[in-house]
Amino acid sequence: MQNFGYLFAAYSIIFALLFFYVMFIWRRQAGLEAELRALEARLKELGQSSSAASANSSRAGQ
Amino acid sequence: MAASSSRDNVAGPSGAKNARGMPALAPWLGVATLVLMVASLFMVFEYVPTEAEQGIVQRIFYFHVPCAWVAFAAFGLVAISGVFYLWLGDQIWDDLGYASAEIGMVFCTLVLITGSLWAKPIWGAWWTWDSRLTTTFILWLLYGGYLMLRAMADDTPEVARFGAVVGIVAALDVPVIIVSVRLWRTIHPAVLVTRQGGHGLEDPRMVATLLVATVAFTVMFAWLLMLRFAQLRLRTRMKELRRKLALAEASAGDL
Repeated sequence: MQNFGYLFAAYSIIFALLFFYVMFIWRRQAGLEAELRALEARLKELGQSSSAASANSSRAGQ
Repeated sequence: MAASSSRDNVAGPSGAKNARGMPALAPWLGVATLVLMVASLFMVFEYVPTEAEQGIVQRIFYFHVPCAWVAFAAFGLVAISGVFYLWLGDQIWDDLGYASAEIGMVFCTLVLITGSLWAKPIWGAWWTWDSRLTTTFILWLLYGGYLMLRAMADDTPEVARFGAVVGIVAALDVPVIIVSVRLWRTIHPAVLVTRQGGHGLEDPRMVATLLVATVAFTVMFAWLLMLRFAQLRLRTRMKELRRKLALAEASAGDL
């Protein structure tokens, strides 16, 4: 079992680095999803306010 | 209905992606990666015989070579994407190149680290300025520069064009690395095709283990690329969504 430490270190580093990269992708995905939800909410809010404004203006026209 | 329509826009019309823009194939590739990795580890630590001269530390080889293969494939894909981006100007090629460069960098880093851990007990040094090691280190620096450029600069078509050129030029180092062990005097072994023309793996179990590990790493590369590419596509579409939102806010302010 000579040099086992080097073998262990090599495989540990491979899996650690790959694990951290997958975690990095996961966290970025969570961030993007949160941002997407915020954008969707803002768009919905704008859609509602613009439809309310157009309803008010048509009522004023009558 | 603005929320649902924008979500549909992000997910894409094909229906082959979920609401987060992830391809439906991605979880299956993740499972395949896991199964193949477990099989590779079993073969490396249980199945393959110990090499007579180097001992157990030679088992680093079975993951070191697939890491190099994935790094070279990823950087090759960066170059191909760069050519298509410069030719067609479609953002999809830039996203593919960027995703591939990032993954290639992860695997190139693993090649350098595992190579160093293998070199210390066999050559007696962590690092030597050997032709293959030096050209691989140059490749790592070139793509490190590419990723720094993409991370620091604004997300503009000019930066994407410049990145495509850097990605193509940097990939020219890959064939140099491959032939370096035959072109220059080196202490790095030429295992797959030796200087005498044969191959350096005497036992068929060694060949089988290397093949299974290479397939495992290739499937992992496809999985990671799919995830990261889908994210970058989502980011591109969100940029467009933000632009539309800014226009909608400006028009709402006018009312």
